[in-house]
Order: sequence, then C-alpha cells, then structure tokens
Amino acid sequence: MSTALSGATIDTARPASPQGRRPGRAKRSTPRNTLTPGAGLGLGIAMLWFSLLVLLPLSAIVATAAAGGWENYVQVLQNDQTWAALKLTVTQAVIVTLINIVMGTVIAWVLVRDKFPGKAILNVIIDVPFALPTIVAGLVLLALYGPNSPIGINWAFTPNAVLLAFAFVTLPFIVRTVQPVLEELEADVEEAAASLGANRFTIFRRIILPSLVPAIFAGAALSFARAISEFGSLVLLSGSRPFETEVVSVRVLSFIENGSYASAAALASVMLAVALFVIVVLDIVQRWVAHRG
Amino acid sequence: MVKVSAPAKWTLRLLAVGYVFFLVAWPTGLLAYRTFEDGLSSVLDTFQEPDVQAALKLTAEVAIIAVVINLVFGVTISILLVRYEFPGKRALSAMVDVPLSVSPVVVGLALVLVYNGRDGWFGPGLEENGVIVIFNTPGLVMATCFVALPLVIREVVPTLHEIGDDQEQAARSLGANAPQTFWRITLPSIKWAVVYGVVLSLARSVGEFGAVKVVSSNLRGKDLTATLMVENKYQNFAQEQAYAIAFLLVLISIACLVVVALLRPKTDD
Repeated sequence: MSTALSGATIDTARPASPQGRRPGRAKRSTPRNTLTPGAGLGLGIAMLWFSLLVLLPLSAIVATAAAGGWENYVQVLQNDQTWAALKLTVTQAVIVTLINIVMGTVIAWVLVRDKFPGKAILNVIIDVPFALPTIVAGLVLLALYGPNSPIGINWAFTPNAVLLAFAFVTLPFIVRTVQPVLEELEADVEEAAASLGANRFTIFRRIILPSLVPAIFAGAALSFARAISEFGSLVLLSGSRPFETEVVSVRVLSFIENGSYASAAALASVMLAVALFVIVVLDIVQRWVAHRG
Repeated sequence: MVKVSAPAKWTLRLLAVGYVFFLVAWPTGLLAYRTFEDGLSSVLDTFQEPDVQAALKLTAEVAIIAVVINLVFGVTISILLVRYEFPGKRALSAMVDVPLSVSPVVVGLALVLVYNGRDGWFGPGLEENGVIVIFNTPGLVMATCFVALPLVIREVVPTLHEIGDDQEQAARSLGANAPQTFWRITLPSIKWAVVYGVVLSLARSVGEFGAVKVVSSNLRGKDLTATLMVENKYQNFAQEQAYAIAFLLVLISIACLVVVALLRPKTDD
C-alpha cells in the first residue's frame, strides 16, 4: 500500500536480461546521452533546485563538521551526555527492530493468509503511523501511556517512552515490505512440500521463511534507520532528560539552539553516515535479490 | 497453500490485532475522546483564537507551496529518469531518495548552515537583497519541500516504466511536439500516480515537525505552523487546545489515507 511513505521500494527489481548479464553493467558500458535541448534545460533547472535544497545543505554539514577537524569529533563523541544519547538511541532502535522483525512478520502473515471480519480496517490502521504527524504521534501515545492513562501505565519521561515512540513510528516498515512478497509466494511449492511429507513447521522454516528474509531484512534496515533519526514523537513523550531519555536528534537540536553548529554538524554527519550506510546496504540487498530471482 | 492449525491461527491473529490495538488504535481513539471530553464548544473556541488561525493558515500556505514545487520537480525528474539517458542518471536516482532517510533535525540543520543570515553560505548575501530564509516562511517551505521531495517521484517512476513509451512515440511520429505529447499522452496516463503522490506529499507537508522546528523562530503568530503550535500549546499547559489542533491534524492525515485507499484498490486486488 503506501510503500511510498515507508521508503520501502527504492528500486523496483527488474528481471535479469535474457543473456543473463546484469542489466546495470550492460548499460554502464555504453554511456549514452539522449537529452533533447528542452529536456536538458529541464534537467538543468531541476538540478539547480535539487542542489540548492538538498546537495549543498547536506555538503554544508559535512564541510562544517570537517572544518572542526578530528578533535571536534572526538570532543563531541566523548562528551558523556552525547555518548549516553547515542547509546540509548542505538539500544532502543535495536530492540524495536527486533520486535518489528517478529511482529511485522506476524502482522503481514495475518493480513495475507488469514481471513476475519475487520481485516481491511487492520490493514488501514497499519498506515496510520506513517500518516500521523510525529508530534501528534507523541500526543497520541501520551493519551494511553502518559500520566492520565486509563490502564494505569505511566511511561512518560522514562526510557520506555523512547521504545514506545520508536515502535509506533516504525510499525509499518516490515509489514509493508513483507506483505507483497508473501502475496506473491506460489502455493504449489508449499503443497509439493506438504505432499512429500513436510510438516507445517518445516514448510515455514524451509520454504516460506527463506523467501521472506530479504524483505524482512529490508524492512528491518528501514525501521532501524527511521528509529535512530526519530525526533518529533519524542518531544512531548520522553521529556528529553539528559542521560535518561535524550536521543541523538534531540542532542543535535540542543547543539543548534546553543549556536554550536560545529558540534551539531559533527553529530549530524555521524547520523548521515548511518543513513547512507543503510541506503547502500539496501541497494546491495535489492540487487542481490533481483539478480538471484 | 499450507494450512495453519486453529490454535496457531488464533494466536497469530490475536497477537497481530492486539499489538496494533494497543500501539495505534486505542491511543488514537483516546486522543479523539480526550478532544471532545469537554464538549464541542471548547474545541471550536480553540479554532477561534487568532494565534491558532494564523498557524493553520501558515501551515496551509507552506504545504500548498511545497506540494506545488514538489509536484513540478517530481514529474520533471521522473520523466527525465525514465525516458532519457544521461551521465549521472543512476547517482541522481539514488540521491532523490536521500531525504527519506535523513533525520528531520539534520534537514533543518543543513538548511540553517547554508541559509542563516549570520554565517550561512548564502544567507548573508540573500539578506542583503531582502530575502530572509531562516526563521521565515521561505525556510519553512524549503524544509517541507526537502522532507517530502521523493514522494511524487516514487509514485510516478514505476507508472512511467509500466506504461512504456509506445504511445508517446506514436504521438511524436504523427507530428506532436514535446509539450503536446506531455499534456495529451503522458500526463493522462500517469494521472493517478501523480494524484497519489500529491496526496502523500500533502500529508507529509502538513505534518512535518522536526525540520520545521529548526528553521522556525518558534514565535507565535509569526512562523509557528500547526504542528509547532501543538507542541507550544501542550508545553504551556493548554492541553485541550493542543488536543484540538492535534485532532484536526489526525483528521487530515486519515482523510489522506482514505483517499489513497480509495484510489488504490485496482492495484491491490
């Protein structure tokens, strides 16, 4: 459904060319330019805007961070408060990603293989965390898990709040990457396995799970990346207490508000590097899947 | 297809429904309940406040400008990426997805570093010419454009691949020029992908918080958007008003979801 918001399908996997060569390689050996003058002008204007909006500002972060030199990095990362924020963010993001691997796969399974009244509603609710503004997501979670909780759970301003916010905003990623793969699975392979005497667990482990692994992995990478960069949903929910509930992006914001752009840029460039790493890994996984399948 | 035993089926079903209920459905429902706890009139009073009205107006303005920019940019880039070959195409195709993976706070910082009036790369020069970007509406628009940038492209590119260029070539061979081919052939066939991309961009633009917070001066009535207003109200102990604005934002985002769901059934079945 809305993979667009999830960032799930970065490149649609294209079938391998008949000769069995990798299509990307074949194209690269003959660099062509088919731009008409009009299209060239369009590309020029689009690139100018893209540079002013995205490329230059992102380079400014790298340049500002690099201008501070190595000492600046060491100083920022050795700061106890920053280190605590990094540790908290990464730990909670890993826990949430593990939860998502299990729950995302279960939800995708139920959405594809199960039938019950209200399933369509469940399918729409999965997208709510993508559509909801992050600040509202925080407010929504506070309603049930805050000071006035009707079920008596008050997780506001505790590390659990961070976990909760991450789980909320990353819920759709694995569901939406696994769901289409599960829909495409051929039933005959499973039936063949069953007719040859494989029990249900064996079929799941040997037939279904291997075909889901790339999708689960892609979704997990996206949900990890989203979790470590999360900001809005935590503002009201976690209280951003130093050493307790402060995450990396809040730390960046406080550097910005103090006017120490060099420190903010150093920490931001670390976050950019992680984001870039995830994009590259995803690209490799997708090419590998496209190549294999 | 392998059958799951009845207990396993019920366990999985309960697990999935329970998780989503406790994490998303109940909290969201509770927000709606809290909003109307004190009756409809207090909600309506909130929207009478000049500050709130200014914030909503600003949000609408910023979102519409950003969506229009992203629409034009997105369709242009999509057509270039699918229909033309040029050096650096693969790099560009990877780069347009970057905004999805960058933290909103980092987006804000990036824009501040280039466009702030004190020591930004372009900021001082622009301010001499009377253009103030950071702590002003242009900054809000840029931050919003940045975060919603890939949404139209990601919808239109697969559709363009799917429809192929046979019809466009036919139109060209019959003497249509480039604009005619675009308006008469290409645009009608990617229409729904464009609409879908626009709806998603609109939802994202209205709801952006982090990036906007960094580039905004956070002054009421000046450049406070609706999402910033929710934070501002909540932290100033005006919880009912925060709930009311948040509820409006929930309605907008759910409306966007419904529109998308209504547009999409053809491809899902």
